[in-house]
Amino acid sequence: MSAIQGIDPTTRRVPPFGGLNRTLLTIELRRMLRNRRTIVFALVFPAVMFLVFGSGTQGAEKVGEGNVSAYVMVSMALYSGALIAAATGAGVAVERALGWSRQLRLTPLQPTVYILVKAFVALVLGAVAIAGVNVVGILKGDPQMPTDTWVWCALLTLACVMTFAALGVFAGYVVPGENVMQFLGPGLALLAFLGGLFIPLSQYSEVVRQIAYWTPMYGVAEVARAPLTHELPWYAVVNAVGWLALFVAGAAWRMSKDTARV
Amino acid sequence: MTTQHTPAVRLAGVTKDFGAVQAVRGIDLEIQPGEMVAFLGPNGAGKTTTIDMILGLSRPSTGEVEVLGMQPRQAVCRGLVAAVMQTGGLLKDLSVRETVEYTASLFADTKPVDAVLESAGIAGIADRLVAKCSGGEQQRLRFAMALLSDPALLLLDEPTTGMDVEGRRSFWSAIREDAAQGRSVLFATHYLEEADHYADRIVLISNGRIVADGTGSEIKALATGRVVRATLREADAGILSGLGGVDTVEVRGEQVYVHAKDSDAVARYLLNDTDARDIEIVARGLEDAFLSLTGRETEGALR
Repeated sequence: MSAIQGIDPTTRRVPPFGGLNRTLLTIELRRMLRNRRTIVFALVFPAVMFLVFGSGTQGAEKVGEGNVSAYVMVSMALYSGALIAAATGAGVAVERALGWSRQLRLTPLQPTVYILVKAFVALVLGAVAIAGVNVVGILKGDPQMPTDTWVWCALLTLACVMTFAALGVFAGYVVPGENVMQFLGPGLALLAFLGGLFIPLSQYSEVVRQIAYWTPMYGVAEVARAPLTHELPWYAVVNAVGWLALFVAGAAWRMSKDTARV
Repeated sequence: MTTQHTPAVRLAGVTKDFGAVQAVRGIDLEIQPGEMVAFLGPNGAGKTTTIDMILGLSRPSTGEVEVLGMQPRQAVCRGLVAAVMQTGGLLKDLSVRETVEYTASLFADTKPVDAVLESAGIAGIADRLVAKCSGGEQQRLRFAMALLSDPALLLLDEPTTGMDVEGRRSFWSAIREDAAQGRSVLFATHYLEEADHYADRIVLISNGRIVADGTGSEIKALATGRVVRATLREADAGILSGLGGVDTVEVRGEQVYVHAKDSDAVARYLLNDTDARDIEIVARGLEDAFLSLTGRETEGALR
């Protein structure tokens, strides 16, 4: 059996960190930023929304430690980050539909590493989105709040954004196909309205407000703005934690069920 | 673990159930290093299910699967097994080069990306987005990805579906060249001709079992001659087998099937010396042999 000479299995190595490496992260980030639709809807649109709602005369009104403009900026940053994180999460299901996940299973990349990479990409892009709205805010000069409040709001927003990465994964599995974002986009806009990101809840009728308290963007919005407003009802925290747990459980459930061949 | 005696693939008593459906009903198979084996069978025979188990994509319900003496997943992690799939498995928003770089980055050791692009004939379109590549270009890209890690075993699931005759020919000559360097190749196909042309060995699979295993000419020998069918009570299989040129005799109740090179002699015997009725003589083509082997379960016809 001289034919084996070319390949000696004993010399082969397994890559460290389950296949995690910089090339992988770079290409994953680059692909997301290349998607023009994602960039326009997740980065440009919320910044424009901030300019429309967050500046002007009423922007100067006082809210907690800062002003209305700061309040709107945090809301829009959350909306922006949520959109891009959901798009990243939905990518998991898209890649499965394309057979890419199966392709990856023929490489040393460990499934947990793959999910961690996706979470990392969602986190980085979420940070980019949040930073984008904040930079527009700084340049415009309208938002007023102490620097540490500003930083706390941004960090909490980033943490809250991860809820929507999980929602993206879950939704992607429930509604298979390459265009999950076509309904996730409008869906998130609706949730943003109900969660009080675009219009304060106080302006809604009592019935709508009672419904809004149960929707997934209400809790995270209250949490993200808490350093500014110093108001955080207990049910908002329950809402934020509850929806995060639900989406993560949903995503994990669908993924564990996903043993069928693509 | 001595490489000299380790088969590239070893399946022992492998079965796979999906709920109540038995996709694989007991397969024993060894493939030696450097062998080029065709997995031939109709759709739903269990080819893909078996390949999935060899790739570690699914686990057998019972039995053992070893690749180069390791668990399939261990072999995959060392870049020892690769596969080319028929469709999908590519990200449309990556360029050709990015796709290869991405894949290469996941392995401990790979051949240089440029060299692989070159040898797969896609260096010229390296910066093109996968979405803009033709079907043939995408197939070459999949091939490049599979060869990156210099695998000892290459699995191909219906690799030439959708290719034209010319594409098919150049694809197979590339694979053959490759196998000559010590790589084992196992490919699934439902084209008998393809299996016969390109494989050293054909494993015929039907209803989740191996029904024949041999060289192309051995498999084809099953297809020579004619089949004489007759209705005959208490047929004497011994005498029938003893007739000149008879390959196999099969008695099913009152039906007798005699597979023979000299069908005249069989017919003459049946008419002159027995009470046989309804005699039918049918030529047996290659596809026919294939169908009879895979359709009915004439197990162990060749082994």
